[in-house]
Amino acid sequence: MAAVAKPKIDALSARLSALATPEGGTWASAARHAARARLEAMGLPGPRDEYWRFTRPASLNAPAPQPAAVFDDGGEAPVFGEVDRLKIVFVDGVFDAAASDPLEMAGIEIERLAEAAATDIHWARDLFGVLEARGQDPVERPFAALNTAFAADGVVIRVTGTAARPVNLIYRHGSETSDAILHHVVKLEEGADLTLLENGPAAARFNKVLEVDVADGAAFHHVRTQGRDHERQAATHIFARLGTKSTFKSFTLTVNGRLTRNETVVEMLGDDAVAHVAGAAMGDGAQDPFHHDDTVFVTHDAVNCESRQVFKKVLRNGAVGAFQGKILVKPGAQKTDGYQKSQSLLLDEDSTFLVKPELEIYADDVACSHGSTSGAIDEEALFYLRSRGVPEAIATDLLVLAFLADAIAEIEDEAIAADITGRLDGWLQRRRG
Amino acid sequence: MLKINNLHVKLEEEDKEILKGVDLEVPAGKVHAIMGPNGSGKSTLSYVLSGRDGYEVTQGTATLDGQDLLAMETEERAAAGLFLALQYPVEIPGVGNMTFLRTALNAQRKARGEEEISAADFLKLVREKAKALKIDADMLKRPVNVGFSGGEKKRNEILQMALLEPKMCILDETDSGLDVDAMKLVSEGVNALRSEGRSFLVITHYQRLLDHIVPDVVHIMANGRIIKTGGPDLALEVEHNGYADILAEFA
Ligand SMILES: Nc1ncnc2c1ncn2[C@@H]1O[C@H](COP(=O)(O)OP(=O)(O)OP(=O)(O)O)[C@@H](O)[C@H]1O
Ligand SMILES: [Mg+2]
Repeated sequence: MAAVAKPKIDALSARLSALATPEGGTWASAARHAARARLEAMGLPGPRDEYWRFTRPASLNAPAPQPAAVFDDGGEAPVFGEVDRLKIVFVDGVFDAAASDPLEMAGIEIERLAEAAATDIHWARDLFGVLEARGQDPVERPFAALNTAFAADGVVIRVTGTAARPVNLIYRHGSETSDAILHHVVKLEEGADLTLLENGPAAARFNKVLEVDVADGAAFHHVRTQGRDHERQAATHIFARLGTKSTFKSFTLTVNGRLTRNETVVEMLGDDAVAHVAGAAMGDGAQDPFHHDDTVFVTHDAVNCESRQVFKKVLRNGAVGAFQGKILVKPGAQKTDGYQKSQSLLLDEDSTFLVKPELEIYADDVACSHGSTSGAIDEEALFYLRSRGVPEAIATDLLVLAFLADAIAEIEDEAIAADITGRLDGWLQRRRG
Repeated sequence: MLKINNLHVKLEEEDKEILKGVDLEVPAGKVHAIMGPNGSGKSTLSYVLSGRDGYEVTQGTATLDGQDLLAMETEERAAAGLFLALQYPVEIPGVGNMTFLRTALNAQRKARGEEEISAADFLKLVREKAKALKIDADMLKRPVNVGFSGGEKKRNEILQMALLEPKMCILDETDSGLDVDAMKLVSEGVNALRSEGRSFLVITHYQRLLDHIVPDVVHIMANGRIIKTGGPDLALEVEHNGYADILAEFA
């Protein structure tokens, strides 16, 4: 391995000085030490790293977060409030038992990471930091290693049957200077089924890792919203490993945020698996900067798997959107069906969309495609709507919703999709005033 | 109702004059038709009246019931009662037809200081109007005009008109692309809306439409001007002889 450059080492030691290794039993401590060693071997990302070409890591590297004001949502109905779900609440990255539901549901075991980590024998041992470590190759993801090494809180969830209702992780933001690190592990046993919902701004700065192991025939559905605090910063990672005939579907809605970097790393190891990763982001740089980066890496290492990436961004007033998406088809991963779409709607000339789609294919019988577009609002459609009496701002928002619709269509559950669409509509309305 | 005076219009992007002094007045309750060769400026006139970008008015006026149309935003013109059934209705993927119709109706009501229509009343209203135009539930559910046939798009225009109840309706070649039965449906839709307080400006190439929607006055437009005005007979003359004779008179 090449020696780590000095500025990276310096940045890392400054960052590490502000962190403490959490208490834990043997396996957790071993995993944390291994993660710290991984991190020290790679250093923190620098401005010249190819993988950080579109997003400056400086504010994520800094020992302390930039303060972020807590957003007043004006008493809006809670996200997923209409969905019957089990709520697990974190405030500034710390589990809040009083605000959470009892961690009990048929067909599923839920524990706090701290509890699981204190035991000497635990199923999570085979996954905690393990999927993250697998995801470090061929691209380094320092913030994920940092997370494994230092996350004290989070949940570990084992699903053995069909979860009776979705689990909802709710991230409240209370302190203007909070620096939250959460690590969750989800294990779906053969044929199990879980919907995981996440929402909330979390903290001034948020580092989150979600490791998901989807065994043969199991299905994992994930829907999250990241909003609406303007100044928040986040680096999140999802590491998913898929077994035979398994399903993994993840959708993220992002609104506002000075900096968001969402990495999704999917490894398809069993034949006939399906992985869909989708995102809808909407940013306005008028008052606060908006920078949103979706970085996706899908590895096909089995036969006849389908992967889809659908990412849409609506940008205005100097907002920046980035997309790096890769499909890697390993030798022997025949009959792969890989699809990738990243599109932006630029509502003015000040906004920027940066894309790097990549296909790397080592099998001959595959169908992979990718498309990326960047466009302005459809003037014909805008005129048509206005000629029917729809004011320009409302007409624009209708077209914004229409543009985002095919990312939202990736959400399978109709009620949850309706919540997302309704919320977006509400946010747009409030923005119009 | 609609008064157009010496209207000169050029393209914004290039120095090309399209309308070269249009004079036209459509009184309340009347149906006027405009015929004229391809490229004479009929659609341009309808676009300029509804405020589409890309054109620059260099001279002249256009008023609706005394209100200066040219000073208003497109949506304000609509709320004031102007409606244009487009020659080429636009497809809007991702926007449901019902959402579109409800948003438009409520926006106009709001602009006029009226209450929004309830979801139930709206549904009832749309179903009733759609039925008369033989627009089925599936077409209402689909995105605006997406995958609609040419004739279906035109019927959808008339549905919007029936819902919005404008007072000044401009129909730009609504008959093109319609089969014989659809032409009857559309004409019935238009005729049902004819009333003392509502006027129509019907742009067409064919006398056939004017058999169904009988105009009070027929204008001939050529090279950016109204060059001749007459009764319904004028349309018959065009049908039989084309434009050559009329153009020759003004050459
Ligand atoms: N945006 C534009 N750019 C260039 N030329 C234009 C534009 N809009 C209109 N024109 C030109 O202006 C003239 C009038 O066009 P317009 O569409 O108004 O004609 P029309 O009378 O409606 O014709 P038709 O009967 O074929 O529908 C044509 O020569 C057309 O090419
Ligand atoms: Mg025309």
